Amino acid sequence: MMFEVAAVALFPAMFLALARAIAGPTVYDRVLAVNTFGTFTVLMIAVLGFMTDQKDFIDIALAYALINFIGTIAVLKFFAVGDFGYQQESKK
Amino acid sequence: MLGLGCGSVAAITWLALRMDLIDREGHPLHLTLRAPLFWFWLLWEIVKANGQVIRVILDPKLPISPRRFRVPTSQKTDIGRVIYANSITLTPGTICLDVNETELDIHALTADGELGLQSGQMDQLVSRVEGH
Amino acid sequence: MMPSLLDGLSWLLLLSGCACLLISAIGLIRMPDLFTRMHAAGIGDTLGAILVLAGLMLQSGLSITLIKLVLILFFLLFTSPTACHALARAALAGGQKPLLAEPNADNSPAEQSPS
Repeated sequence: MMFEVAAVALFPAMFLALARAIAGPTVYDRVLAVNTFGTFTVLMIAVLGFMTDQKDFIDIALAYALINFIGTIAVLKFFAVGDFGYQQESKK
Repeated sequence: MLGLGCGSVAAITWLALRMDLIDREGHPLHLTLRAPLFWFWLLWEIVKANGQVIRVILDPKLPISPRRFRVPTSQKTDIGRVIYANSITLTPGTICLDVNETELDIHALTADGELGLQSGQMDQLVSRVEGH
Repeated sequence: MMPSLLDGLSWLLLLSGCACLLISAIGLIRMPDLFTRMHAAGIGDTLGAILVLAGLMLQSGLSITLIKLVLILFFLLFTSPTACHALARAALAGGQKPLLAEPNADNSPAEQSPS
């Protein structure tokens, strides 16, 4: 029962984060919103794993937490440098 | 099986310590003993700061007064400064914008957050964790 | 007696964690500026994650799931300030100016009342 309540409470939070990702005036607002959305998704997957009593979901949440961080850094680097680091290599 | 794994990890750690393979930057083993106490203190700080920011967000008038300022750091090594900057960013209401050798560039949401950092308590505690 | 106490505690932690996440999402919508939005997102990343995962930990008992939950919590707590800092630096380098209460006084010890 409690996990259902938690999952239902997580839905509007994810929706609001998604709304900011769509409405955000700058690229950085969108990246921030997507990062927050990713954190919510990690918690959502963990709660869903307990709700359906399939503890394998926790592994997926663990992998998602890592990929979320790496994805944020990669997108930021892409917008800061313009590509994935070829310029810095050619400068050396 | 698990005991075998734990034993081999412990043995390799001991060997690496003996061979002086662990450099202090990449694998800060010397920090592991003093860090947990600091984490508990940091957890309490996070809870307090969260209370302040939640009150600001739920206030209908949205009483924010964002400000940007610099605080000096007393850490000697890079990893000490990284711990300090990450602790500042981890407490809601204050974000570390830029790091250099002697001071940090901070963005704070309210005046309370600025006062808490200017008192320098967190700076002293991180320096104590850093040790040396 | 004991299991019901644990259940009640984990109910409390889960619900307050979800409330924190909701408040952080509301702040993400209400705040006027990128840097103030980052403060709002920080609530969900720290206290929301801590409370929700602590509530789940009380439910899991002593098992491998507990270790995995602790690992998730550590990853979130180590990576979220790093991502936040990288985002702030990228935004500053990209020419975003933070909205300040007193635009000209950059380094003054601000004792001004909030407008």
